[in-house]
Amino acid sequence: MDKQVYITTIGLEVHLQISTKTKAFCGCANEFGREPNSSTCPVCLGLPGSLPVLNKKYLEHAIKVAVALDCKILGSMKFDRKNYFYPDLPKNYQISQYDMPLSTGGSVEITSTAGARRIGITRVHMEEDAGKLIHDQKRPLSFIDYNRTGTPLLEIVSEPDISSPEEAHLYLSTLKAILEYLEVSDCNMQEGSLRCDANISVRPSSQKALGVKVELKNMNTFKGVRQALEYEEKRQVKILSSGKKLSQETRLWNAEKKITELMRTKEQAHDYRYFPEPDLVPFKISPGLVQEIRDTLPEMPNDKRLRFIKEYKISEYDAAVLVSDKAMSEFFSACVKLYPKPKNIANWLMGDISGYLNANNMEFGQLKMSPEALAEMLGLIDKGTISGKIAKDVVVDMISTGRSASDIVKDKGLTQIADAPEIEGFIEEVIGENDKVVDDYLSGKDKAMGFLIGQLMRKTKGKANPQMANELLKKRLSKEKR
Amino acid sequence: MIKKDMINYVADLARISLAGDEEKLFASQLNDILAYIEKLNKLDTAGVEPMSHAVILVNMFRDDKVKDSLPKDEALRNAPEKEKDFFKVPKVIE
Repeated sequence: MDKQVYITTIGLEVHLQISTKTKAFCGCANEFGREPNSSTCPVCLGLPGSLPVLNKKYLEHAIKVAVALDCKILGSMKFDRKNYFYPDLPKNYQISQYDMPLSTGGSVEITSTAGARRIGITRVHMEEDAGKLIHDQKRPLSFIDYNRTGTPLLEIVSEPDISSPEEAHLYLSTLKAILEYLEVSDCNMQEGSLRCDANISVRPSSQKALGVKVELKNMNTFKGVRQALEYEEKRQVKILSSGKKLSQETRLWNAEKKITELMRTKEQAHDYRYFPEPDLVPFKISPGLVQEIRDTLPEMPNDKRLRFIKEYKISEYDAAVLVSDKAMSEFFSACVKLYPKPKNIANWLMGDISGYLNANNMEFGQLKMSPEALAEMLGLIDKGTISGKIAKDVVVDMISTGRSASDIVKDKGLTQIADAPEIEGFIEEVIGENDKVVDDYLSGKDKAMGFLIGQLMRKTKGKANPQMANELLKKRLSKEKR
Repeated sequence: MIKKDMINYVADLARISLAGDEEKLFASQLNDILAYIEKLNKLDTAGVEPMSHAVILVNMFRDDKVKDSLPKDEALRNAPEKEKDFFKVPKVIE
């Protein structure tokens, strides 16, 4: 058995579409879901004689992101041409940044049970997105939609500071939250406004130099990123343990088969022949402009987390989960104003409500429930109108239909039975029908109690006040002499 | 000095295939060009800031205002091949 311990090193490259009204270098609408090739012009189609001009808003949003990630804005920046032949780029080059990017050297703080840790950001640079290719399933053809060509992008490159797939996932969630708070992008992985590639290498703990790096592409969810890294970590350790060598290559994540597949080896790697983009002039970014943008930064997730802990007296963990989703944190704050028991609200948001959203692959923003509606429902539990158990069903109904708790309770007759004689009536029925179980209970089998409560709840359709049901049943059984 | 393997590498990057003695021809032509450009290296540039652009202009911006795009058929007019609203190309999986 190989007892060797391996160290994993991961770096992530995130591409973020910036949601300006127009594209990076032309006035075409920057909008997802338009008819194919309906948002193009001579500039983004790369027709001869056209000239790109930088969108000012794009630069401002880019500075905002760089500043929020603690990056240093380099006062002088320029654009370069990255040359490659692939039909997703009509110009045969992508306008990107090479040796004089917008910014370098930032970091993101991630918080886990192990404490807080900083993951370095190598650089944040600006570049245009490419068009979208649709490959024909039967014929050897591809169809191109150039609407996405020229969409403003940011490339956010992390240092190889990440030490596990789990940590990579945490870094991505933290980064996404920061980007959402900045309101510069939809951050929607399904629509491709946030994308992630990964670099991973492993090495024996005795070895100082980093291992052979493999690049992973084609992950469409954060979960996919984690799974691809987990698979790749195991694959690489297995190869090294068997005494073989790894080769530097690019691999694609296959989400269906849950494996990574070879795309190209280093020998086939690109040579992009970067050179300065002569169609765009250089840019000088003044400290004054950077400060102006810095002053407009909203409260960031980390600050909000600290404020939540202090203001609402909730746990570190609860606060971290709540602020990780901008929409959820805002819902929480709004709800606390109407129903001043933060811990209760946090429990529902992080428990049943998040559970429902996850199970249905929904984002928090798609929730059909207002903070007022949740506050009302929690009030109904406190008043004893419904039990906590019934409330779980009511919440699902509220989320999916957008109706209020009181309407649902009235319609479905879910009001809790908290009337002793009524519950006692049901208890008599249960005892009458379960002679043997009652015997078991009386002969000391405590488990029998659970069964009888279950029967009672079934008869009352779960509406009996659980505490009363328990007490009344015990009291009644103590009188049963056999 | 540009040799045959460099010519083939550049041709490969440019996706062009070379016929017969073109390797030799282009190698000698490129060497002539480089030798000519090489003269610039005789100039003393110590203390001169590198520049990335010949025009002395910085910060040319555009406001984030939507302008009309090309009508779809106009955008597709130069396409060597098209189908429905798409440009059509041989399948390239990369």
